[in-house]
Amino acid sequence: MLPATTIPTRTLAAALTVLVFLAAVPAADEARLSIYSSVATYTLPVTTRTGREYVGLLEVLEPLGRVSSSAEGRHWKLRYNNVDSDFVAGRTRAKIRGRDLDLPAPFLIENSRGLVPVSSLGTLLPRFLGNPVNFHEAARRLFIGDIATQVTAQLDASTPPRLVLNFSAPVNPTISTEPGKLRMVFTREPLVPPGSQSLSFDNAIISQATFSESNGTAELTIAASAPLMASFSNNARTITVSAASQGPPPVGGASTPGETSAPGGMPAGGGTPVAGGTPAPPPAPRRILAVVDPAHGGTERGAALTDTLAEKNVTLGFARLLRHELEQRGFSVMLLRDGDDTLTLDQRAGTANAAHAAIYISLHAASQGSGARVYTALLPREGPDKGPFHAWNAAQAPALLTSQNVAAAVLGEMQKHQLPARGYPASLRPLNNLLMPALAVELAPGPNGVSDLPSANYQQKAAAAIADAVSSVRDRLGAQP
Amino acid sequence: MIPRHLMIGVAVMFVIVLSMGFYLRHLSRAAAEMQRLAADTRPVAPPAVGPTETVTLYVADDDAGALRSQPAQIPLPGGRQQRAEELLRALLRIYQQPDSPHPLAPTADIRSIYLIDPGAAVIDLNAAFADQHRSSILGEQLTVNSLVETLAFNVPGINRVRILVEGDTRETLAGHADLTEFFDISAVGQAVTQAAQ
Repeated sequence: MLPATTIPTRTLAAALTVLVFLAAVPAADEARLSIYSSVATYTLPVTTRTGREYVGLLEVLEPLGRVSSSAEGRHWKLRYNNVDSDFVAGRTRAKIRGRDLDLPAPFLIENSRGLVPVSSLGTLLPRFLGNPVNFHEAARRLFIGDIATQVTAQLDASTPPRLVLNFSAPVNPTISTEPGKLRMVFTREPLVPPGSQSLSFDNAIISQATFSESNGTAELTIAASAPLMASFSNNARTITVSAASQGPPPVGGASTPGETSAPGGMPAGGGTPVAGGTPAPPPAPRRILAVVDPAHGGTERGAALTDTLAEKNVTLGFARLLRHELEQRGFSVMLLRDGDDTLTLDQRAGTANAAHAAIYISLHAASQGSGARVYTALLPREGPDKGPFHAWNAAQAPALLTSQNVAAAVLGEMQKHQLPARGYPASLRPLNNLLMPALAVELAPGPNGVSDLPSANYQQKAAAAIADAVSSVRDRLGAQP
Repeated sequence: MIPRHLMIGVAVMFVIVLSMGFYLRHLSRAAAEMQRLAADTRPVAPPAVGPTETVTLYVADDDAGALRSQPAQIPLPGGRQQRAEELLRALLRIYQQPDSPHPLAPTADIRSIYLIDPGAAVIDLNAAFADQHRSSILGEQLTVNSLVETLAFNVPGINRVRILVEGDTRETLAGHADLTEFFDISAVGQAVTQAAQ
């Protein structure tokens, strides 16, 4: 028998994580009620008694205000803020604020818990709250007050096509793919249907977006004839769904299956092709996720490279070129911003870590010097690691050696591309907060001075060198789990 | 006839009003004095005096992208903290020369340096130092490395350095170099050596 003390801490942590995850994730067929309010958003389990759905009234009201309850015989009294109510087990008539209310099914008491029919919430809650509620009863989604997240969809029919979904508030759906579909499930967001439940697009690849809601969640399904990727921008208010340009060819007319859950903006898709009745093709090369981070953005302009040229604009153009170059070499690429968005350093690190990227590349530009500079993390004096948890300011420590190897490869490729480059350690966040190999590239003026910085040709040369280098060390980078 | 207790009450009230008047005058004078002192920007400490010593300054060179060591003779006071301040001010004077290899703003200054046992130094820069610093990863890192390395080489016993701006934590020096953490002297030393190769 293995003594307990010899069990590796990481194994224990992983086992605990799995247990916590299993305990936290409700079973797929469990009935749930979601309640959205400006105070709290929460999900409650729904139980079925004599063919009707019930929910605990105390649990419904508890997150919204001060609640107390007491059971006396068949009477169950509940006080919410200053509102008194009296329910009787087995009866449909209740008294709230001194007035009678008829429930559609008898009130139940179980283990001192008062259960009310789910279908009564639309009339019951306004009596307690004094505010109207909007109850989507069939989907078990209850909106208190005028809370709602709106969504608009716009198709950009460029090649590859992109569907831009703009939300009125930040969202964080769970994203998964299946043949011909990309599904976004919104559990905590009060997402309401757009004007029409289904939007059709006159496009051969992205053909339809459909809104549906059920069991306390809302879902947006994008139908397409090619593998799709989703990326987040605008502080998680925009999701851009685009066809993965370098995905393996679909087999038997199906897009790449292989379901992947992608919370936090991880590109979905890129699984192993399934042969429907045809001989299995050779396994597709492993696709690796690279996160490209155009530094600065939004209100943070970065360096003023000239009177009119801001660093944030140069880095964005450079990042788009690098994305193209990496995709050409078979990488999946996530751009941390694809517009003029403000992102904090913690948000950048958090998104890259959550996406389990295999490599992170931050892009900068400067008006001094020439060529390019490649940086790896100069780690600060860190606090001690707590068991399996790394200190946030030194999360990069385990990956630093690989980062330095990648940086050396980038320097070598830049020399080959006649781009003078030097490598340095730098105390530059978020490099030290990243779990994966991470580096920053600072583009400096070329032979024509600062005017080279926004030049597509100049940036292209640097982007190709970086992509060649990353591709050359592909085997040393971990694949996304 | 006015009752006796009323006369006593009026007298007590008069005394109270009089003393409050004096106290108010005192407060008003103290406030005026504080205002006058705050507006007075004349130096309050004499220039550093002490035996002239040879020290090694680590001077950033933008063209080389590295630090170079440069001996300098400066008068150093006896106190450890004052020595540290004079060292960095001597370094700053080089950066404020017209032909500086790593120009910094003429109004940039070191407000103070605090040496905290065991082994921690906190450099407090003025706002102009950071606000007018050129923004680039290399430029900012060279400044940080130069300050840290100069301090570490000449003031024994320091193993970590923190940089504040106007007494407060600032996220970056000028958009890039992270100032939210302590710099590890040995890690910075290795970085400086690596950059010089």
